[in-house]
Amino acid sequence: MTTSSDPLTQLEHWIADGRHVALATVVATWGSSPRPVGSHMAITDQGDFVGSVSGGCIEGAVVDAARDAISAASPRLLEFGVSNEMAWEVGLACGGRVQVWVEPVSS
Amino acid sequence: MKIQTLQALRARVADKIPCAMVTALDGTAQTLVDGAGVSGDLTLTADELAEVRRRIALDRSGVLENTQLFARVYGPAPRMVIVGAVHIAQVLAPMARLAGFEVTVIDPRESFVRSGQLADISAIVAWPDEAMRQVAPDARTAVVTLTHDPKLDDPALATALRSPAFYIGALGSKKTHAKRLERLAGEGFGPEALSRIHGPVGLDINAVTPAEIAVSILAQVIAILRVEGRRQ
Repeated sequence: MTTSSDPLTQLEHWIADGRHVALATVVATWGSSPRPVGSHMAITDQGDFVGSVSGGCIEGAVVDAARDAISAASPRLLEFGVSNEMAWEVGLACGGRVQVWVEPVSS
Repeated sequence: MKIQTLQALRARVADKIPCAMVTALDGTAQTLVDGAGVSGDLTLTADELAEVRRRIALDRSGVLENTQLFARVYGPAPRMVIVGAVHIAQVLAPMARLAGFEVTVIDPRESFVRSGQLADISAIVAWPDEAMRQVAPDARTAVVTLTHDPKLDDPALATALRSPAFYIGALGSKKTHAKRLERLAGEGFGPEALSRIHGPVGLDINAVTPAEIAVSILAQVIAILRVEGRRQ
């Protein structure tokens, strides 16, 4: 299988291999956040991913949300930060807040 | 996102056509905007389209003012033109590529260009004045001269000074650099133009090895690129 470090390229490789995939994108940040607006992460329904939307703090939760988005065939807007009720599990240690758009890629 | 939309986006990115994917954050619609037009099922108002085009020009992704529309801008990658396929270029070229730069190495000596780490880096085997005309540095281009041979570096620097390149750096000691500035002044470049040249090149991190010097150069280029970006 061909692999790429570029999430958009990797999405196409996965699609060519018949995988179900989603694209996550940072749409807004407040305070300190490790990855800027526009950062991409490509994800498969198997949980494989390329790229990042934080410094590793929320990637696990984004992968879970992407798998849900793929099976439901609907996008979703996620928000992570200190005010998040999941802060203890997947909040940003830096105290920032970040919104991530997760969309399945479909035919 | 539809697969066709992803393919259209990837084609523009591959062809280095600046564009933006605009997404309604309720998941209802999406549209791809570039200089030529708009394609997709999301209808933008004239003001929204104007803001998207402004964002494309500034290479700045974000949510459009007073909307729930997100514009992801895909600008062209910054370029780095390295004059001289010398030992520092051997490490600087792959490092700059890892940092996201589109790298071109210029050297008339073919055997230098095809050696070591440069084998898979884009190269122009020609004299710098001719090669620099081909490259045509723009405001997203950094030019770094590494030969410290005046007959190679000077013509490249002269072309860079006549271009809007965001960064110009020249390898060489303070003494070498002073002589270089004298020569370029003799060609009619004033003090303001000459002050654009970073020489000795790179941040002062007491670098010794070629790899360390490459780090200092790349760090300086990134610092200037990001400062310019913030000013816009």
